[in-house]
Order: sequence, then structure tokens, then C-alpha cells
Amino acid sequence: MVKQQENNIPFVHRPAAHCENGVTSNLLNFYGIDLSEPMIFGIGSGLFFSYMPFIKLNYLPVISFRPLPGWIFKRVTKSLKIEISRKKFVNPKNAMDALDENLKRGIPTGCLVGVFHLTYFPKPYRFHFNAHNIIVFGRENGDYTISDPIMENPEKLSYHDLKRVRYAKGTYPPIGRMYYVKKASPTYDLDRAIVKGIKKTCQDMLNIPLPMFGVKGIRYLAKRMRKWPARLGPKKASLYLGQVIRMLEEIGTGGAGFRFIYAAFLQEAAGVLGKEWLNEVSKEMTEAGDRWRQFAIMSGRIFKNRANSKETYEDAADILVDIANREERIYKRLRTISLEE
Amino acid sequence: MRKKEVPQDDAGLMEGKMRDLCYAVDENGKYVQVFSTGWEPKNEAMKQAWNEIREKVEHTRQKVLEGKVSPVAYYMEKNIMNISLLAQYLELPKRKVKKHLKPGVFRKLDKKILEKYAETFTITVDELCTFNEPGKK
Repeated sequence: MVKQQENNIPFVHRPAAHCENGVTSNLLNFYGIDLSEPMIFGIGSGLFFSYMPFIKLNYLPVISFRPLPGWIFKRVTKSLKIEISRKKFVNPKNAMDALDENLKRGIPTGCLVGVFHLTYFPKPYRFHFNAHNIIVFGRENGDYTISDPIMENPEKLSYHDLKRVRYAKGTYPPIGRMYYVKKASPTYDLDRAIVKGIKKTCQDMLNIPLPMFGVKGIRYLAKRMRKWPARLGPKKASLYLGQVIRMLEEIGTGGAGFRFIYAAFLQEAAGVLGKEWLNEVSKEMTEAGDRWRQFAIMSGRIFKNRANSKETYEDAADILVDIANREERIYKRLRTISLEE
Repeated sequence: MRKKEVPQDDAGLMEGKMRDLCYAVDENGKYVQVFSTGWEPKNEAMKQAWNEIREKVEHTRQKVLEGKVSPVAYYMEKNIMNISLLAQYLELPKRKVKKHLKPGVFRKLDKKILEKYAETFTITVDELCTFNEPGKK
């Protein structure tokens, strides 16, 4: 191979809808395992719901549509029997040295970062959100080359700026976390991984015995939402609702968007496994996604126009209940999947 | 969502730096990737969040000008931080950071701590101390 200029690894950047899907998909692609973003999302059981009113972020309750950061990568690589390494560092200098060492050895490396100081990000998106994933794949004239799946093209960060985002503070600080592939075998059992991923998602969405998670969590949010105007007053209630929409649609999360990625996954899985019925479920999931969109549109009208809106928090909550019912049917059908048949 | 329904409501929030990648169904019912320049409800939610922040920042700016709090309070709000988060960045106990919000205590701070604050807020020590940012957003 031609000698690389400084440490630039021949890495293909492909944008994605969700950062961790994108990072995982692009890292595996580098090792000859070409799986689409929806496939990664499905195998990694990226679909989730939790509503935790007792945990606050900027004084507003936390809603999450994803499992903890790092889980998609962990689940996908485990399922495909790929050897990985995950590290965190107390000392920032050690974290940067370890990254440089990886780049020297030609290993594209995933990093968990905070977005507040991410210089190439559009300013309105820079909140203190610490669960963003990027891949560092080179160093040129002191700057690091970055594959950020949210961006259309590769970006650059200085040593100082990269160190800073790797040591962002606040809720779930990244503490210099990095991860990379150690050994990947070109043969893997995709069928088994798909079935396993689907079963895990059904488990997460149906069987966690607490009211905050999965389908139950969606109903829980609906129930609480009905009481917001009376309990919080119009101003605070509208902030709460705005927060739901931001959690629903902002980077790193996603209500409707995630349903469409999952529906795309089911469609792809139908082809891989030769199971036509998954195409039907894919359509139902698309409809659930469309309902999430309607929920967002109505909520947007409510919090924007709080005085003279005909639509109420009750109406928005009704949509959520409908979504919960639809999704419950979907996961109950999906959980019957098996490799035989 | 169908391909032609993918929203293109650009409100300038992405500053032309990026577009959202979406998955939508094409004419044959097949999922494809489509870029979106933004979506109205999301734009509104983001604007709401920023208006809320701007209100707080402006309110704090007034209080600094009236000599009720130190510039640290202003830059803390401007960086969407609270005392707990700021203390983590400074690697100081919260009670100390809280004291630094008082103008009297702030004036006596030594250079080292001021430098730490300036670095955290991505400004110079001079900007921090002279508070020469009246009316700027």
C-alpha cells in the first residue's frame, strides 16, 4: 500500500440518521462488513422508549428514545462475534495519546463526545448533550479528521477542541471513552443476529416491569401529559411539551424517525430471512411513525399557540395512547419470530 | 412517511452546514434515504428553547449591569450552564462557584481562577473582567 500522508486512514464516510448507527456501520464497513444503517439499528436493538420525569435535564423531564450510549455498538459487535475494545481514561492526555497510537496503527476509532463545544456543529444544535458519537480516522497538520455521521462530509477538529469534547462535563460525561474493532471475521451469521435483535427490542418494549419503559412508558407519558396544564400552568406545560418534541426530533434521539429506520430494517430483514410477513409489520411500523409525526405536529401547534388552540394536551395524549396500542400489537407479533418456520 | 412528504422547512437552524437524513418510502413501497432541510414542529421547539435561554441571559445581563451579580453569572447563563455544571468544568466545589457570582468576591479573584473561567467560557480574561458585551446576544 502507498505510504499514508501522516496518519490518514483510507476511510469511507457515510452520513446516517443517528450517530451511533452511523459510527457502527462505518467502522464495520472499514473491516469489510457492509451493513446498512437500518440493519445496524435493528441488530443493535436501538429502538427504545423511556420517560423519567424524576430525572431532569435543564429543569425539564427526560424522555429518551434510545438505550444508553454505546449499547448499539456493543450489541451489534457481540451478535456478529466481532472483537472490540472499549476504554475510558481519567487523564485527558493519556486519552489523546491512546487515540494517536491507534491512528498510527491505522485503526479508525470511535469516540464519545459532548456537542456543546463541537466547533463544526451548527450553533443552535450545541446544547450540553454528551452522548454523541464520532469516528477519528486521521491527523493532518495537527488537526484530526473526523467522520461525524450527522454531517454530510468529513470534518476537522484541533487537538484542543477534540480533547475538550471528549472531556465534556455534565449528565453522562464521556470521560474520554473510545472504542474500536480489534478483530473482525468476514463470516458471520446475519440471520441469527437479526432474530436476536428483534427479540431484544420486543423484550425492551414489552417486558420491563416498570411503568417508565417501553410501550408502558408511552402510556405513562400520555397519562402525565393530560395533567400538565392544570399542574404546571400554561407556560411550564408548553415548555414540557416543547421538550418532548425536541427529544423526539433532535439529534441523537428520535420518535418518528426511529420508527421509519426500524421499518426500513424490517423490510431489509424480510428479504434476508425470506419472511414475507415482516414486510407487513414494516408497513404497520411506518404507520406508527406517521402517528408520531402527527403527534409532533399537533404538539407544535399547541405549544406555539397556547392561548387559542382548539387542540389540547388531551388530544395529544390520545395520539400517544393510540401509538402505544399500535406498537404493542407490532412487538407482540414480532416476538414470535424464530429462525425455523 | 412517503418520499415526497419528507419535510423541507428550512429555518436556518442548521446554518447550511448539514441536513437531516431521513428514511422514507418511495413509489414502489421501498425504503430509501432522503435528506431534509428541517421540519416545522422541530424548528419551533428549538426556537422555543433558545428564546427561553435568551430571556435568562438578558435578565442576568441586566443584573450584572445593576451590580447585583458578577459577570460569571452572565457567562454561565450564556453557556447554558448552571452552578453544578460550571463547578464541574472549573473542578471547584459548588459553594465556591456560587460565591464567585457575587460582584465583591469576583473582583478579588486571582488570575489563575479567572483564566479558568475565561477558558471555560471561551473568552479572554479581559472580556470577562470588563464585561464589555452590553446588548450583544
